[in-house]
Amino acid sequence: MPASLTLAAHDEHLLTRETPIQRRRVRAAWLFLAPMLLCLALVAAWPLLRTFWFSLTDANLADSGGGSFVGLSNYLFHDESNWSGILVDPQWWNAVRNTLHFTVVSVGLEIVLGLLVALLLNIKFTGRSLVRALILIPWAIPTIVSAKIWSWMLNDQFGIINHMMLSVGLIDAPLAWTADADLSMWAVIIVDVWKTVPFVTLLMLAALQMLPSDCYEAARVDGIHPLKVFWRVTLPLLMPALLVAAIFRILDSLRVFDVIYVLTSNSSSTMSMSVYARQHLVEFQDVGYGSAASTLLFLVVAVIAMLYLYLGRRQMEVRS
Amino acid sequence: MSLRQLKKTLLRFGFWCLIGVLLLYAVFPFYYAIVTSLKPSSALFEVSYWIHNPDFSNYATVLHQASFLRAIANSLIVSLCVVTLALFLSVTAAYALGRVKFRGRGTVLMMVLGVSMFPQVAVLSGLFEVIRALGLYNTSWALILSYTIFTLPFTVWVLTTFMGQLPHELEEAAIMDGASPWVTLTRVLLPLLWPALVTTGLLAFIAAWNEFLFALTFTLTDAQRTVPVAIALISGGSPHELPWGLLMAASVLVTVPLVILVLIFQRRIVSGLTAGALKG
Repeated sequence: MPASLTLAAHDEHLLTRETPIQRRRVRAAWLFLAPMLLCLALVAAWPLLRTFWFSLTDANLADSGGGSFVGLSNYLFHDESNWSGILVDPQWWNAVRNTLHFTVVSVGLEIVLGLLVALLLNIKFTGRSLVRALILIPWAIPTIVSAKIWSWMLNDQFGIINHMMLSVGLIDAPLAWTADADLSMWAVIIVDVWKTVPFVTLLMLAALQMLPSDCYEAARVDGIHPLKVFWRVTLPLLMPALLVAAIFRILDSLRVFDVIYVLTSNSSSTMSMSVYARQHLVEFQDVGYGSAASTLLFLVVAVIAMLYLYLGRRQMEVRS
Repeated sequence: MSLRQLKKTLLRFGFWCLIGVLLLYAVFPFYYAIVTSLKPSSALFEVSYWIHNPDFSNYATVLHQASFLRAIANSLIVSLCVVTLALFLSVTAAYALGRVKFRGRGTVLMMVLGVSMFPQVAVLSGLFEVIRALGLYNTSWALILSYTIFTLPFTVWVLTTFMGQLPHELEEAAIMDGASPWVTLTRVLLPLLWPALVTTGLLAFIAAWNEFLFALTFTLTDAQRTVPVAIALISGGSPHELPWGLLMAASVLVTVPLVILVLIFQRRIVSGLTAGALKG
């Protein structure tokens, strides 16, 4: 067909230049986008703006009037000689500290373990796809369910973890994993790491399989030690994927809610920023104060997300 | 046996040990939940690693609880509706973003990605107001609507990636034949997109099935609860007397379908997850 041949030759022209066809396509594109954009405006943009607004009011869950404007006093308020508001609330700063502690430790462990498991599964062996499917199980289990399963395994009196550690002689007396203030954050981290290592592993595995094989052949021919190859070749080439996985996990960890809420409830030794915000919003019914906490959490996440988008764009520029 | 062979055997042994440890770590907690769920409550408090005499009384009790069955039905309805809604809205959006070049495309993509990074709690109070204003509080519709905030960006993003990978020639032929964009999408591209739709739909289904914060906040009565909330709220006389056997039976019941789905669609899930994360 001559028509399609010329079309292929002028492909760029037809689909990008200001032709009637292209104009019609652009109009259709916006029409096609409209329902999705409307939906996101209704469930994301508008509620977010309302949350910002609520954080400047004394709105209460019980009365639906919306409260009245109180300026920044939910954040910080000076009354004679007293400072009040979130920014001087030790509970809030405790929640910030807990969230950061949780994020740093769990994301660090997940990246290291995920990378190790991916390296292990990158070796070809019989039954590899079965193993790969089986390690997906923790990822598929709902967070609530895995939190419950682990809180049973970590139970202080009848839990199997204490039983194992006692019988091996690691500990002399059962540990109160979820109740002890020093241990409960570790319990949360153990559950979160267990659940999310599969995800990191998959990303790493996909990245490993895209690496050029000629580098490795050259290294093998030259007889370079595998560890050196890993540090000098594999790790630098994996860096972009590693960063993406880390950012995804960091954003997820900063908003952590489910695991902590189910495992340790509102205990102050594990309370995260999300748990703090929800407690004020729903349990104390203080929509203004809770919204202020949500807004602060949003700002933290937004800064990190922007950093990611900036890095991503620069990476794309470098690639092209 | 030569030294070389010995070294090779040792290496192989070490490798399989590592694989064994990995599998144990990944699978044991779920296995232990099954073991616990098959114990009568009298045997619950002695630790055992095997199932000696399977006792199905926990399952019988759970399956006779009307509120638990109701929660499963609610979860199914909510998840299926969310998946349908998200796929429907994102197929057209993905066509626009993946196949058409226009000014503002990059901005829209960035916005979609931005929404997917939202902390859910940041929209909680605003969304609560919207849901109350629409009269949807304590209904499944509240959840269906609110779940689009995390399913829609994801489905749009992944489908845009898949859509962009389809060959240009097909669409050009359709354009030459005078087909409108709508016809091009539904008649030409959609039939090729089925595998991607199944993958993204499955991932969105799992995300909706597992959601907790919105379900906890936007529903109030047992009749409207979803599975994660129902399980989180199972309680005994006191915090130290949780009915663990029942809890584990309920957990296994709601997880087994997911595990089977994941094992069957493993390859597709992997491609969907990595398309969502790496190719962005």
